[in-house]
Amino acid sequence: MTSTVTIEPQSDSVPAASPQTSKMPLWKQEGAKPFLRIENVTKKFGEFTAVDNISLDIYKNELFCLLGGSGSGKSTLLRMLAGFESPTSGRIIIDGVDMAGIQPWKRPVNMMFQSYALFPHLSVEENVAFGLKREGLDRSEVKQRVAEMLEMVQLGHLGKRKPDQLSGGQRQRVALARSLVKRPKLLLLDEPLGALDKKLREETQFELINIQEELGVTFVVVTHDQEEAMTLASRIGVMNHGVIVQTAEPHDVYEYPNSRFVAEFIGSVNLFEGRVIEDLPDSVRIDSKDAGAVLFVNHGISCAPNQKVHVALRPEKTQISKEKPEGQQNCIKGIIEETAYMGSLSVYRVRLASGMEVRVTQPNTTRDLGARLTWNDEVYLYWDEDSSVVLTS
Amino acid sequence: MSTQTGSAWVEGSGSRLAKYNIFKRLNWGRFSVIAVPMLWLAVFFFIPFLVVFKISLSETAIAVPPYTALLDWNLDEAFINLKLNLGNYLFLFEDSFYIDAYLSSIKIAAISTVLTLLIAFPIAYMIARSKPTTRALLLSLVILPFWTSFLLRVYAWMGFLKKNGLINEFLLSTGIIDQPLIMLQTDFAVYIGIVYTYLPFMVLPLYSALEKMDITLLEAAEDLGSKPATSFFLITVPMAMPGIIAGCMLVFIPAVGEFVIPALLGGSDTLMIGRVLWDEFFLNRDWPMASAVAVVMLIVLVLPIMMIRNSQGKEEAV
Repeated sequence: MTSTVTIEPQSDSVPAASPQTSKMPLWKQEGAKPFLRIENVTKKFGEFTAVDNISLDIYKNELFCLLGGSGSGKSTLLRMLAGFESPTSGRIIIDGVDMAGIQPWKRPVNMMFQSYALFPHLSVEENVAFGLKREGLDRSEVKQRVAEMLEMVQLGHLGKRKPDQLSGGQRQRVALARSLVKRPKLLLLDEPLGALDKKLREETQFELINIQEELGVTFVVVTHDQEEAMTLASRIGVMNHGVIVQTAEPHDVYEYPNSRFVAEFIGSVNLFEGRVIEDLPDSVRIDSKDAGAVLFVNHGISCAPNQKVHVALRPEKTQISKEKPEGQQNCIKGIIEETAYMGSLSVYRVRLASGMEVRVTQPNTTRDLGARLTWNDEVYLYWDEDSSVVLTS
Repeated sequence: MSTQTGSAWVEGSGSRLAKYNIFKRLNWGRFSVIAVPMLWLAVFFFIPFLVVFKISLSETAIAVPPYTALLDWNLDEAFINLKLNLGNYLFLFEDSFYIDAYLSSIKIAAISTVLTLLIAFPIAYMIARSKPTTRALLLSLVILPFWTSFLLRVYAWMGFLKKNGLINEFLLSTGIIDQPLIMLQTDFAVYIGIVYTYLPFMVLPLYSALEKMDITLLEAAEDLGSKPATSFFLITVPMAMPGIIAGCMLVFIPAVGEFVIPALLGGSDTLMIGRVLWDEFFLNRDWPMASAVAVVMLIVLVLPIMMIRNSQGKEEAV
C-alpha cells in the first residue's frame, strides 16, 4: 500500500499512458469516475449540525475508512448512505444514481451494524437468507448462495444455530455474511470490529481485507479506532465536528497530517509552538519558545510572515542521547523524567527547560542494559530536518 | 492413641460429609422460596378445586349443603359406601345446551381476544416507541381505569349503549340516524365490554415485549430489502410473540368464564358458561351440576394452556 505513495513524487516524469497509471489507485487518476459521490451533504438535528457540508468521492473497490471520535458525525454520514437518515441538504450519488428519496430497502447498499443486529428468532442460515428471500429468488438458489457465503466466512457447520448460541467472533461473521450475500455494490460497516477482543480483531481485520479484495465490493467503514483504520483502509477520512478534516492514504495521514487535530488524533505527537522567522520556498526556520531553540524544517509552507505555527514531531522519529550530536540542525536539551521499558521499545518522557514534556520512543536494538538511559539523565533530543511537519492549523 | 485419633477424624469427616449431602439434597433455601407460592396454590386453588370436584360427583339433595355425601358408612352394619355420581358429567354432554354454552363462550372469548390484540398492538407499539418521559405518562393512562370499580365502568357502558343513552342521543341529534340503535343487550355490547375491560391486560405484556426489542433489527431488515410492512410481520411480530401469548391468555381465560359483562350488557340470547354456572348455582340450587360445569370449564381452559407452555418450553430448550 505504501509503495505507491513513495514513488509518487517521481511519477511526474513517467508518461501518462505507461502501465504505471493502471496500477495507480483510482483516486489518483485524473478524471476517474467516483463510485460514490457525496456532494455538499449537511445533516441537522434541530439546532445541532451533525454533518456539515461534506463532499467526498469514493471509488470502486476502495476500502474507505471514516475515522473520528464519538459525535464527529461519521455514523450519521453512514446512516445517510444506507438511507436511514436523509440529508438536510446536498446529494448522495451511488453508481451514478441520485439516492434522494430512495428508501433503504431499494438501495444497492447493505450495512453491517455495530451491534450486528442479527435476528434472534432466526437461525444463522435464515438470517443470511433473509435478504435473498426478499428478492424473491427461488429456494434452490437462496440455499446455494447462503451455503456459499457461510462457507466463505467459515461458518458452514453452524447454520442451524441461533445467534445467541454463537461467540462474538462468529456473530460478527454471520453479520458480514448476511450483508454480503445480496452482492451489494457498496457495503457499509459500522465499527465492524468494535465488539471483538484484541486478538480476534487482528485476525478479522486481515480476513475482511481478503474478502473485500476477493469480492471487489466497495467498503465504507466507520471507526473510532485509528489502528483499525490504518490497517484496513485504502484511504482514511478523518472527521471532526461534522467535517472531514483530511482525506488521505493511511501513510500520508500519519506522516503528513494537515492539522493539529489529525496529528494528535492519529498516533501520539509532540507539538512545539513557534513563529516563522525564515520562510524560504523549500525550508523554514521556526523560533520556538517551547523547544527553546530555532527549529529547521526542510519543506516550504504557505503562511503569513511571523505567523504562529506548530512543529509536529512523532516520538519514534526523535533520537535521544547523552552526548551532543554533531551537525544536527534540530537539537534540544532536557532531563529524563520517566522511562518505561515495553519490550520491543522504550518510552522516555523528557522535560525541557521551557517546562514542556517531550515523548520519545526508541527501539531496543540490543539486550544490553548497561548503556540504558535512566531518570534524571541529562539528554539531547535531535531529529532530521525531514522528520517533522509544520502545521499552520 | 494414634489409631483412635485417626478413627475420630474419619468419623468426624464422615458425619460432616453426610450432613453436607442432606443439606445439598434438600436445599432448604430453594425449598423455602418455592414453598410459599406452592402452599398458597395448594390452599387457595388445589384444595378448593378438589372440593368442587367432589361436589360434582355427588347428587343434588334438599339439605344443607344441598348435595349428598360421597362417602357414607355405618360401623354397626360394617359397611362403607362410596357413591360416585357421573350423571352430572354425562348430562353435560347429553344436553346440547351446555355444549352450546361452552362453544359460545369460547367463541365470544376468542373473538374478543383477537379484537383486543388488534386494538392493543398499536397502543403498545406507540408507547414503546415514544420518549421515555411520555412513556410513563401513557402507561399510567392505560392503568388509570383500574382506579374505578370494574362494576361501575360496566354500568357506565350501559349508560352509553342504552336506547336513550349517550351514543344514540348524539347520533339522533346530528341526524345520522332517525331510529335509535339497539346496542345494549346484544353480543355487540358484550364484545365492547370485554374488549374495554381487558385491554390493559393485553397492552402491558405487549408493551414490555416491544419495549425490549432492538430497533436496529428493523433497520437491518429494511437494509436487506424488506419493506416496513414485511418487516413488521417477519421481525416485530415474532419478537413480540411472548407478549402476544401472555396477553392473549390474560384476556382469553377470564373472558371464557366472564359472568358480569354478559349479565349486564348481554341479551337473553347471549349464552356464556359463566351465566350458566350462576344459574345452576343460584337459581336451580344444583350445586353438583354447577360444580361439574366448573370442572369441565377448567379442563377446557387448562389443556390448551399446558399445550402452549409445553411447546414453548421445547422451543427454549433447543
